[in-house]
Amino acid sequence: MRIAKPNTCFWQGSKACAEGAITAGCRFFAGYPITPASEIAEHMARRLPQVGGIAIQMEDEMASIGAIIGASWAGTKAMTATSGPGFSLMQEFIGYAFMTETPCVIVNAQRAGPSTGQATKCGQGDVMQSRWGTHGDYSAIVLSPNSVQEMFTLTVRAFNLAEKYRTPVILLSDETITHMREQITVPSVNNVEIVNRRKPRRGEKAFFGLEEIPPMPAVGEGFNVAVTGSTHDEYGIRFTADPLVHIKLVKRLNSKIRNNSNEISDFEEYNIEDCQIGVISYGCTSRAIYEAVEKAESKGVKTGYIRLKTIWPFPGNVVRKMVENANKIIVPELNLGQIRYEVEKASNGLAKVIPLNKIGGGELITPEELLATILKEAKTND
Amino acid sequence: MTENFSIRKYLRDLKLPFCPGCGIPTIMNTFLRAVHELGYENLNNFVFCSGIGCSSWIPSPYFNADSIHTPHGRSIPVATGIKLLHPKLNVVVFGGDGDIVGIGMSHFIHAARRNLDILVIMVNNMVYGMTGGQVAPTTPFKTKTATTPYGSFEQPLDATRLAVAAGACYSARWTTAHSNDLKESIKKAIQTKGFRFIEVVSQCPTAYGRRAGFKNIAEMLKWFKENSVPIHQAEKTSEKELEKRIIIGEFVERRRPTIGETIHAMIKEVQMNAEQN
Repeated sequence: MRIAKPNTCFWQGSKACAEGAITAGCRFFAGYPITPASEIAEHMARRLPQVGGIAIQMEDEMASIGAIIGASWAGTKAMTATSGPGFSLMQEFIGYAFMTETPCVIVNAQRAGPSTGQATKCGQGDVMQSRWGTHGDYSAIVLSPNSVQEMFTLTVRAFNLAEKYRTPVILLSDETITHMREQITVPSVNNVEIVNRRKPRRGEKAFFGLEEIPPMPAVGEGFNVAVTGSTHDEYGIRFTADPLVHIKLVKRLNSKIRNNSNEISDFEEYNIEDCQIGVISYGCTSRAIYEAVEKAESKGVKTGYIRLKTIWPFPGNVVRKMVENANKIIVPELNLGQIRYEVEKASNGLAKVIPLNKIGGGELITPEELLATILKEAKTND
Repeated sequence: MTENFSIRKYLRDLKLPFCPGCGIPTIMNTFLRAVHELGYENLNNFVFCSGIGCSSWIPSPYFNADSIHTPHGRSIPVATGIKLLHPKLNVVVFGGDGDIVGIGMSHFIHAARRNLDILVIMVNNMVYGMTGGQVAPTTPFKTKTATTPYGSFEQPLDATRLAVAAGACYSARWTTAHSNDLKESIKKAIQTKGFRFIEVVSQCPTAYGRRAGFKNIAEMLKWFKENSVPIHQAEKTSEKELEKRIIIGEFVERRRPTIGETIHAMIKEVQMNAEQN
């Protein structure tokens, strides 16, 4: 069995993620056991050798992401998968991958934190960490799947964005989406868009600048590439004190993502131009919005929603569009309030932002709870 | 035989950053001389990984080669990804004692256990030099450093023996006062398969020597020479007598299957079975 054949299947999210990665061209996986991401490693361990790839269990999460960064510089698409505690350990190397422009995919199946928290229970507490977890000025690309189907398609997209922008991409899943089983339509590999990093031409020497997204050689190809997480010029030569080299590098690394945020951003929207109440949601929580919004509308409340498929860069534009009409925006999250602050920032006082939060025990926000909040807010004028 | 040899052919045209009297240029020179004597005209068959610290700057970016300068202590995991996918490249890790057996200790042990086919050269200056001379896992007992102003109260680690215990195929220790032995050892290590480890005890006059009580560099090198005990001699010497001595020589030479050989054989088998099914 090679690449997954086109078919309608009943898969677990972790399997969809692994198969999506293999379809995208991933041939190296390194990970460390952690609930609820272990199934991704298990699936990769079984499947990668079948397609000529390597899956290895490393001694910890730092080594896991280190190995995939090495693999990426060896010219191979590579992925690791973890959950909150491991994601914390990976922050050092996420900054390194950003600084060295190393394409790779990091899956974080979120569970309830902080710390060990409730290891087997769902959470959405790593939203801000996925954006700001490593030190220094950086920009993150973070995708948020809300179905088994999207565990496949967004994993493919994570690889494509990583390869296109030469940057680490985070697939911010959660325990529910990773563990749940549902129907998935596996596309034919010929119908899947696959992006590969741009390779340098013979004789090229600048792999860290000159262009917004420079070409990337692999080791062993004769380019004598010098890779460093220290501040470096276009040729990879370290400059540990020069302010101009630092400004030029760090601004370009950030602007290559910020300047392309419209292209990177992806979301599902409904009725945002004609709603009184807006709902903005992502991941497992967003599965409640469809039923809640439909029922609210049947009760005469003009309701719309934005369902984020990319959390970072945050699509502020579409929120601004929503607040032209909506005077209240409900933000359901399995944390004590994280994305609500981004929504508040984007809505700029034009709408009241109402957080709807739940944590602990893996309890999800139900359509009924969301509906009740929508109806309550529709009735009150404040 | 090597009269016309210049290490410049292996270097980028950059000014080296090391302090006067540092042991690193000796190690750099010795390594490149070994490479030259093995007949490599350039470093195209090599990939260098290093972490953070003075000795991690040996290859990065000074060697005209592929070099990956990683976060502190993390060179070996990056080397793991590279070596597994490029079995034919010579992957060499340079790092300090803090990098390899301080913050990166676990990666070091596991790479030796897995028998990852790489060469790790650890420059042991017995101190955190780049950050100003703080105590290291290798600092001799009772030695004064910036963070042990009354003398170190910890026992130092024997990294070369640790490599043997963890499963290395080659493990040796030398000092910068033994550059010819070191060169021959590097040549042997490059030609050996499996996890290979060479520890080079090196002088750091700036951050170590002056606090530890050495007046000058020559004194440090003299100390290396006079305190070094060849391993065959050490085996006949009591533990008490070996205190504060540097045991030099080759600690192990052996052959066992590397992780790369095992993985690639497994992949072949899995693919063959998959085709038959």
